[in-house]
Amino acid sequence: MMSGTLSLLFRERLRVMRYTLSENPVNMLAFVLFGLLALAALFGPMLAPHDPLATNAQDALQAPSAQYWFGTDQLGRDVFSRVLVATRLDLLIALGAVLISCVVGSVIGAILGYFGGMLDATASRVVDVLMAFPLFVLAMALVAALGNTVMNVIYATAIINLPFYIRLARAEVNVRRNLGYVEAARVGGSGHTRILMVFLLPNILSPVVIQASVNLGWAVLNAAGLSFLGLGVRPPTPEWGIMVAEGARFITSGEWWIALFPGLALMVAVFAFNLLGDALRDILDPRLRT
Amino acid sequence: MSRILWRLLGSVPTLFGVVVATFLLTRVLPGDPAVFFASNPSMTAEDIERVRQSLGLDKSLPEQFLIYLNALLHGDLGMSISTGLPVSTELMNRLPASGELTIFAFVLAIAVAIPLGVLAALRPGSVIDHACRLIATLGVSMPTFVTGLLLIYLFYYLLGVAPEPIGRLDPFLVDPPQVTRLITVDALLAGDLETFWAALRQIILPGVTMALFALAPLARMTRASMLGALSSEFVRTARANGLSRSKVVFTYAFRNAMLPLVTTLAMTFSYMLGANVLVERVFAWPGVGAFALDSLISLDYAPLQGFMLLMAGIFILVNLVADLTIAAIDPRAGLK
Repeated sequence: MMSGTLSLLFRERLRVMRYTLSENPVNMLAFVLFGLLALAALFGPMLAPHDPLATNAQDALQAPSAQYWFGTDQLGRDVFSRVLVATRLDLLIALGAVLISCVVGSVIGAILGYFGGMLDATASRVVDVLMAFPLFVLAMALVAALGNTVMNVIYATAIINLPFYIRLARAEVNVRRNLGYVEAARVGGSGHTRILMVFLLPNILSPVVIQASVNLGWAVLNAAGLSFLGLGVRPPTPEWGIMVAEGARFITSGEWWIALFPGLALMVAVFAFNLLGDALRDILDPRLRT
Repeated sequence: MSRILWRLLGSVPTLFGVVVATFLLTRVLPGDPAVFFASNPSMTAEDIERVRQSLGLDKSLPEQFLIYLNALLHGDLGMSISTGLPVSTELMNRLPASGELTIFAFVLAIAVAIPLGVLAALRPGSVIDHACRLIATLGVSMPTFVTGLLLIYLFYYLLGVAPEPIGRLDPFLVDPPQVTRLITVDALLAGDLETFWAALRQIILPGVTMALFALAPLARMTRASMLGALSSEFVRTARANGLSRSKVVFTYAFRNAMLPLVTTLAMTFSYMLGANVLVERVFAWPGVGAFALDSLISLDYAPLQGFMLLMAGIFILVNLVADLTIAAIDPRAGLK
C-alpha cells in the first residue's frame, strides 16, 4: 500500500519533470550542459589529448590549431587538456562547499526555527553580522587566515554561504513547527530530535535543494575568483581561475586563448548551474515559478 | 524622526558584532606583523620585541580589543605597515575611486535592468521576456574577471577604441581640482571636457563589467515584482475603470513593484562594493578593494580591518537608506 502510493507519487513527479522539460527548452539545455560537465569531471583526465602539466618550450603561446584545439600557454602546455582536467577540481570545490553549507546551515537554521527564543535571537544577530560583510572579501580573509589550501577555499566558501541556508531553513521550519503533523508527532511521543530529523527537515528539502543548485553557480564563481587572486589552488595545478589569471598577462599582447577558454568553461559551468536551479524550481516547486 | 533614530540604534549591535568579528579575524591571520615591521636584517630579537610592545601585541586579546575599540571611537583605524600612512587616510584616498566606479556601474545597470524587466513583465512569454531571462542568467554567469579581460581584449587590443586599462586617468593628464573627488564629476564642474572625456573612457570598461553582473538580479526582481503587481486586484480594477495604460502601468503597478526592488537594489549595491576587488584588480583601478587585497598579501592587518569595517558600515547605511526609501514609497510599510 505504502510503496504503491510512493511509486505513484514518483511517477507523477516524473511526469511533471517530463512536462516541464518539454515545455521549456531552456530547462533541457540545463540538463544537457550539466551532463557534459559531469562527463568532463568524471572522465576529463582520460579524455585529455595532452598531459596538462607537460611543458613544451618550443610550442609556447601557439594559437588554437588542429593539434592544440585551445592553443598553448606561455609554457607550451595544452590549454584544452588543462581546461578539461580542471573541471573535476572546480566542480569538487563548489560541490564540497555547497554540501557543507547546505547540511550545516539547514540543521542550524531548523534548530533555530524550531526552538526559537533567546538562542534564535542571538544566532540571528550573528547571521546579520556575517551578512554585513562583503562576502567575497570575507572569503579572502578566511582563506588567508586558515592557510592557503584547497580545503580552506572549500571551508571559506561554505562559511560565506551559511547565512543563506540558516535563514531559509529557519523561516521554513518556523512556519511548519505548529502544523498538524508536527503536533501529531509530538502527541505520538516523538522527541525534539526526531521531530526535527524525521518530520521537519525532509519537508523543507525542496526549497533547500533549489537554493543549493542556485548556490552552486555562485560557489564556482567564488572559488575561481579566489584562485584568480592567487588564493587557494596553486600553480601548476590546472584550475580555471588560475588559468584566467595566467592568461590575463597576455591579453593586452593579443594572446586571447589562454584566458578565454578557461573563462568560457567557468561561464558555461555557472550558466548550467543557474539554469539547473531554475529547472529544479519548476519541477520541485511549481508555485515559485516566475 | 524618532523612528529613524530608533532604526539607527538597531544597527548598533550589528556594527559592534562586525567590529568584534574583524578584530578576531585579523588576529588569527598568519604572520607576526612585528617581524614584518622589523624586516631589517640588523634588528635583533630585542628590537623585534620592542616593536611588538609598541604595537601592543604583547598584551592579552581582551586588552588588545579594548585598545582597538578605544582607538576606533577616536576615528583611528591604525597605521598601514606597508605604506606607513594612517589607514583612515589611505581608505579615504581610495574610496572615491571605488565609489565612482560602483556608482557608475550601478546607474548603468539600473538604466538597463529596470526597463528590461518592466517590458518583460508586460509581455510574459514574448521574445523580450525570453531575452530578459537569457541576459539575466548570462549576466550572473559571467565571472567579472573574465568579462573584464574579454572587454579589454575586444576594445583595447582589437578595436583600439578603449584606453589602456591602467587606472582612473591617463598619467599625462592633470587631475581636475578636487571637489567631489569623483574625477568625471570634478572635470565637469571645472568645465574641463578633455579630462572628463579621458576619465569617462577609463571608467567605461570596468563600469560595464560590473554593470553586467549587477544587471541580472535587478532585471529578475523587476520582472518578478512587476508581474506580481500587474496581476493584482487593484491593477485589474484600475484597468476596468478605464484608466490609461501608462497610468495603470507606471502609477499603479510600478510604484508597488518598487518595494521589493529597493531591497534588491540595496543588496546589489553593497554586493558590488565587495566584488570590486576583482574588477579593480583586472583594470588596475586604484580603489579600496585593490588596497585591501594588497594589504592581505603583505600581511598588513590594519588596512584589511579598516576596509572590512568601512564596507560593513556602508552596508548598514545602504540598508538604512533602503528602509527609509521603502517607507517613503509605501507609508504602510512604516519603520519596524
